[in-house]
This record gives sequence, C-alpha cells and structure tokens, in this order.
Amino acid sequence: MKKIITLIMISLAGTLYAQGVELTGAGATFPYPLYSKMFDVYYQTTGVKVNYQAIGSGGGIQQLIAKTVDFAGSDAPMTLQEEEKAGGEVLHIPTCLGAVVITYNLKGNPPLKMTPDVIADIYLGVIKYWNDPRIKKLNPDVNLPKLVITPVYRSDASGTTFVFTDYLSKSDIKWREKMGTGKSLNWPVGIGGKGNPGVAGVIQQLEGSIGYVELAYAKQNNLPVAAIRNKAGKFIMPETKSISEAANVKIPSHTKVSITDSDNPNGYPISSFTWIIVYKDLSYLKERRKAEELFKLLWWVTHEGQQYTESLDYASLPNTLTTVIEENLKKLTFESSTVWKK
Amino acid sequence: MEKVKKISVTGEGDILSPFNYIKRIFEFRNVLPFLANLSGALVALIILGFLLTLGAKSLEFAKNAGVANILRTTWNPIAEEFGGLPFIATTVLVSIIALGISVPFTLSVSIFIAEWKRKNMFFDVFNTALDLLSAIPSVVYGFWALFVLTPFIRILQLKLGYPPYGVGVLTAALVLAIMIIPFSVGISREVLKLVSSDIKEAGFSLGATEFEVTRVVTLPLAKQGIIAGFILALGRALGETMAVTMVIGNFNAFPKNLFSPSNTIASLIANQFNEAWGNHQSALILLGFLLFLITLIINLLGGVILRGAKHEL
Repeated sequence: MKKIITLIMISLAGTLYAQGVELTGAGATFPYPLYSKMFDVYYQTTGVKVNYQAIGSGGGIQQLIAKTVDFAGSDAPMTLQEEEKAGGEVLHIPTCLGAVVITYNLKGNPPLKMTPDVIADIYLGVIKYWNDPRIKKLNPDVNLPKLVITPVYRSDASGTTFVFTDYLSKSDIKWREKMGTGKSLNWPVGIGGKGNPGVAGVIQQLEGSIGYVELAYAKQNNLPVAAIRNKAGKFIMPETKSISEAANVKIPSHTKVSITDSDNPNGYPISSFTWIIVYKDLSYLKERRKAEELFKLLWWVTHEGQQYTESLDYASLPNTLTTVIEENLKKLTFESSTVWKK
Repeated sequence: MEKVKKISVTGEGDILSPFNYIKRIFEFRNVLPFLANLSGALVALIILGFLLTLGAKSLEFAKNAGVANILRTTWNPIAEEFGGLPFIATTVLVSIIALGISVPFTLSVSIFIAEWKRKNMFFDVFNTALDLLSAIPSVVYGFWALFVLTPFIRILQLKLGYPPYGVGVLTAALVLAIMIIPFSVGISREVLKLVSSDIKEAGFSLGATEFEVTRVVTLPLAKQGIIAGFILALGRALGETMAVTMVIGNFNAFPKNLFSPSNTIASLIANQFNEAWGNHQSALILLGFLLFLITLIINLLGGVILRGAKHEL
C-alpha cells in the first residue's frame, strides 16, 4: 500500500513539474508515425508536450470546429460545408507529402507501367484481364498472363481513397462522371480491405489482384509498385524525391490545394499534402502563451522538423513552399494582434 | 433470537436513538435489496437510453433524407445515396447459412456431451476445448479465416469456375458457423441434461439401445430447448462484426452467388463510421438501429421458447 502511495505521489509530482504548455491535436492517421517522431523530438528539445490522437481526418476537423483540440490533422482539405460550420477563417498548413501507390500481385512481380485511364478502367470493371491489349501496350516487355484482375479498394472511409479518386477524377473524364472524388465510393467491381493492412493482405494472397496503398506502407512491406504516367507523359516511380517534386509547382498562397496530377514533369502524379489545420484567429486557445507555442511548433514542423520525413518514408516540403508557409504563419493572430514577433 | 427481533426499523416497541436508527437503515442487509433494485433499474435505463439515442439519431435521417431511402439498393455516400437493403439482406443471409452449417455439428456435439459422456481424459479435454472456443476473440477468428480458410475456398472457387477471391458470403458464413457452435451447444447440452433420467431408464428397461433412447425419448423432449439455442445463436451471428468484416469482401451490393463479396450491417458500420458525418452518419445509425431491433426480436423469441422448454421438462 505504502509503495503504491509513494508511486502516486511521485507521478503526481512529475506531472506538476512538467506542467508547462501542452498542445493537443487530433486527426489524420496517415502522418501519425511522422508526427509521433516530430513531437517526441520537439518535446526533448523544447519541453513542450504535444498530444496527437490519430482518429481520422474527418474526426480531427470536427474536434477543431468544436474547439476541443488546438489543431487538426487532415489528409483532405476542409470541405465548403465544413468551412461554413467552422465559422471563422482557417489555415491549411502543409506539413509533409505522401503518395498513394499502385501495388499488385503477379507471378515474379515484374515492374509495371500504368496510365490513369487504364487504372480507372480496371476499377470500373472495363479492363478485366491482365493480358488486355491496353496493359500490354504499356508493358511490351512483360509476359502478362490471361488472368482475372481483381481490383482491391479501401472498405473503410479514408484519406487514401480520397487522394486516389481525386487523382483519377482529374486525369480521367469517365471516372469524374461515373465515380467522383470521396473517402468512400460505390465501387462497381472488386473487393474491399480494411485499412492499408487489409488491402495489402488481400493483394499478397490473391494472384492477379491490384490495389492502392500509402507509399510508406508499401515500402515497409516491400510491395511491388507501378510507375505512373504523369501529365507531362513521363513514367514516374513513387520516390520521396519525385513526390516532393510534385509539389514543386506554383502553389496558391492559401496552400489548400490538391497536387495530384501535378504539372511538374518530374513529379509523381498521385502525391498529396497532409495538413495541420488551425483557425487564423488563435483566441480559442485562451492563453497567449499557448498561441505562441503553437506558432513555434508549426514553424518548427515546417522547417527543422522536415529532416525526419525521409527516414519514415514521407516526402519533405519543397523549398519553394517554405516562404509561402512562413507568410501564412505570420498571419496567425491572438486577440487581434499577430502572434509572430520580429 | 433477541437480536433478530430488533432488526425491524419500524417494528413496534422498538425504541431507537436517532443515531441507531440511521445506522440500522444503512446496515448491509437493509441496503442490499435497494442496491439490487437500483442495479436492475439501471440496466433497464441503459437499454432505454440506448434505444432513445439510436432512435433520435435515426429520426434525423428520416427527417433529412426520408426513411424510405434506407430501403433502396445503392450505397454511394458521395452522391448522398444511402440504400441499406443489400446489407440487411446479406446480414440475414449470412447468419442463416451459418446457422444451417452449424446445426448438424451442434446436435451431434451436444448429444455426445450430454448423453454419451464417458469419464475419461478425452471427454474432459473435448469439453474444455469447446468452452474455450467461445473465449477466442472475434478478430482472431477473422485472422484465422483470412489466412487459413480463404486458400481452401479459393481452390473450391477455381474448381467451380468462379473468380478466386477466397473471401465472400460463404467464407463469412463458415467462420460464423464455427463461432456460434459453442454458443448453441452451451444451451442445448444443458437442456438435454434436464431430461429426467427416470424416463430414459424406462426406455432402457424396455430394451432400447442408447441410440434409440436418444432418438425416441431425449431428443423429442428437449426439442424446444434446442431450437431456442439455435435462435439465440442466430441472434449472436447477426451482430458479429470483426471476423465477418475481415472475410466478407466488403462489397456494397447484393451478393450474386454464395461466393460473391458483400457486406453486412455490422461490418459496414465498422468500416465507415470513423469518417462518416451528417446523413452518412445518421444512415449508419439507422442501420444499426434496425440491426438492434432484429437482434432484439430474435433474442426475445429465443427466450420465450427456452422458458417454455424448461417449464415443460
């Protein structure tokens, strides 16, 4: 009993001691491994604790609107409806880039090349076999079998599906008209897997299947990935470099943009930002000290924090973007005076 | 004796100081009935509250989209189409197939345990293993089905000329059948044990064999209870989520055949709830409410039959 009491006392004393500013955020699961690493390093160097709950992009945005968290993480920009509900101006701060990759299961897993119209037609059920002339034409050196293609999609509502369908909607008219962009769709063919592991699990077991997962997941599990033809007509493999390149285009100052189907000739076309979303007016944080800490955190994440991206298979923000983000961060206010000071 | 007389708080001639009076009230044996009643009422209140919340959220859907919309066949959240009919149908279909598969196994296992038991190691191990089956978490069943069961289904599908998905309605029904067997056996073996040994011995004295006694005497008497067990197992199968989600293929439409991928209400909710807002969310809640009602009705039915059976024996 005494031991327990002592333990409680020690832990209580510990929390009292560490009681500085604490920031909380919630949202996207996709950047969670990176945020964990970043916030841990940030805590080691500054002593400011950041709690991030990976509850999904939609949930994070709802919590930010309800002002139960200080910031939200999201893979998809806020919808008009959500912005209306938010009631105040919000800022989308890009923190890193990710990509959706096409993976498959064929004998020997030969390297494959794909185009958006072929991917769209596979998922629409128009292309049914691997030896379809359109796939053959793209991959003349590969011996493609007469095997049924089984498209695999995410059965849970997810940002990965959003990015994937956003890309197809931009690059294929038929897709835009029939399917559209969203986190969960009415898939005409195929089978669904829950989460990245669910999709990858089905693909690894089922010869002839094809699916989309996050790059980090594909890399860590050594899945074969296809090169995708971008807008400039080049076939690009998803690498952290080619993903960063996709964002190396003219980005509007609000940084709330989809960069799928990028104009950059060296960019991988199914790339996307992931954002931290905050209100421009940070008065909801109640304390000025807290607003300052959040500003510093966002600055750190978009500058020094970028060095942790590559090792975790995320792509870093291109340098051209840093000034745009800095301008945005300087706009943050607390009770009508800017948080940023020279 | 003296002490017992003094228990009553309001007893006549029982003169108590105010302090002792209060002390009496809070004595454990006086508080216990109150606590018991309170917990009972609490359970009822929780269920009522549960129904009210689900009902209120479902009404939201009825108001914004029209309740008839849930009975359509297309589920497309982007276009705000929330037709839940395929999921309702698949839920019932998968559960009934699972029940059908489990019936012969349940019957033979419970007869074996309740009637023909022998005192030996094998029997004890068997009995314990069966109870352990019901303690395995759903996700472990799903995992097992995904990695062990699907390759076999795939071979079968290739032989019969279906696309070799491995996952689908039949796979889900098979794993569900295994999951509900310990549940229905648990009830039917107890009912079988309730059949009075006098009647059975009468059978033996007439020269009937063990098998004949089971067939002619025990089973007809226990029939009602066994059926109740199956119905309760069906209720369990309807709401099973995790294992089904992992092997049903999560395809949001009516299954075309036994091997097609489809989706049940429970697995649809598990898949989509975390990112659902507005009408999407209330549609899922309405479907959950319907599932709750279906399960409730089936459980009540099972309960009534079971009570009748116990009364008869």
